[in-house]
Amino acid sequence: MIEALSLPFMQRALAAGVLVGFLASYFGVFVVQRRLSFLGNGLAHAAFGGVALGLLLDASPLWVALPFTAAVAVAINWVRDRTELSGDTAIGVFFAVSMALGVVFLSLRREYSADAHTYLFGSILAVSAMDLWITGGIALLTLLMWPMWKRWAYVAFDGELAQTDRLPVERDDYLLSILIAMTVVVCVKMVGIVLIAAFLVIPAATARLLARTFAQMTVYSTLIGVVSATLGLLLSYDLDLPSGAVIVLAQAVCFFAAFAAHRLRR
Amino acid sequence: MTAFAIEADNIHVRFGDYWALTEVSFAIPDGAFVAVLGPNGAGKSTLLKTCLGLIRPQSGLMRLYDRPLAEFDASRMGYVPQIKTLDRSFPALAIELAASGVLSAWPWHIQGALRRQAMEALEQVGADHLASRPLARLSGGELQRVYLARALIRRPPLVLLDEPATGIDPAGERDMFRVLERYQETEKATIMMITHDWHTAVHHATHILAINRRLIGCGESSPAFAEEMLREAFGHIGHEHPHREANA
Repeated sequence: MIEALSLPFMQRALAAGVLVGFLASYFGVFVVQRRLSFLGNGLAHAAFGGVALGLLLDASPLWVALPFTAAVAVAINWVRDRTELSGDTAIGVFFAVSMALGVVFLSLRREYSADAHTYLFGSILAVSAMDLWITGGIALLTLLMWPMWKRWAYVAFDGELAQTDRLPVERDDYLLSILIAMTVVVCVKMVGIVLIAAFLVIPAATARLLARTFAQMTVYSTLIGVVSATLGLLLSYDLDLPSGAVIVLAQAVCFFAAFAAHRLRR
Repeated sequence: MTAFAIEADNIHVRFGDYWALTEVSFAIPDGAFVAVLGPNGAGKSTLLKTCLGLIRPQSGLMRLYDRPLAEFDASRMGYVPQIKTLDRSFPALAIELAASGVLSAWPWHIQGALRRQAMEALEQVGADHLASRPLARLSGGELQRVYLARALIRRPPLVLLDEPATGIDPAGERDMFRVLERYQETEKATIMMITHDWHTAVHHATHILAINRRLIGCGESSPAFAEEMLREAFGHIGHEHPHREANA
């Protein structure tokens, strides 16, 4: 296992795993606490639409998927804020439309694309240096946005109280949605559309079972996200199994352990 | 000293095709304890949220302490929402909720001056022993006290409460009024409270504001005035069976 770490592709995969584990589990606490677990799936399918558009235009799929998915995230927020529709319903509409667009874009291309398959199921071992730079950039942006945690957490607790304090709740929501959308896009390349929701939800849900405060939940979730990504990746290499799936199973082990501890404590 | 804490001038609020408030005008003197009365759907919460700036009226002007609402410093208002709106799955301690009133944000860590201030606010409402308890494990009355501590922590001159007695037992209600009356006395604050209860309007409030999508009346509290307002708002005296008839 240690030998594997000397391989350049494995080093890139590990760095990507740590960054993706951090990003998804950090934003996951807001997704879980605001009951938007469906958002991960919705944005992952929006990312698929963006990737397909990139392939159709012969452009870099990641660079097209980033603004495409961010635009879908903004549209979901906009529809939710201006209608009586719930967040999940708005996500459901855009999820289906983006997927349909993705299928149409791919069919217009009229040639098989291995890239599309990569995005469906992910390939953390095929992470390029450019992917890593983009993911690192989003992680840096997230760290620079650290002061926003207090405001996003306040809105997660009670948006109305935040509004009475005259916080720009709607603008903060858009910012959070765009950052989650960007996180989903970089995660999709590595873990695939099918499994991305797990990266957002399982570490945060596990942390919720263990934490007494939202700050603790954030720390625990991030630790679980990073550690499970690292262990899962190394195990997947050792056992010769798909890395994304093994990481999710590592997260699931943490979740069930936390669940058992939670039951025993009660 | 300002003569009026809250002045509403011809307020109209519409949700789609539905006019929740029409032609509502009133003036609440500084230092008053106002009970807002009205049946379900009368627009009481809408009125409170308009005072808080959460709802923008279609027309009309709301002034707080001689300033247009938008120019009034939000930190000079304390707000106690209906506790039934709380998401009990949110991992939080009572002291964090109290401290959020100081920060206008959610605290990452509470220490030093912020901890002292939060503890003092909890002590003021007799809830200091609850500081480290998760919100999910608080009873309705305990939670109401913590919300009250949050609302009073910055010693605002204006406190707005949305049916604060809902879901708490009579002893908890008595404690809450004791805290509010003591606060009003020491801070000379103005308190505006939505209630369905005739006794609250008569025994605790100095003024009554009755609405039913329009203003029914606003004046100093007395049993006769309370009965008149309730009869006009509900069609009978509120403490008989207000909910049953209002919903009918």
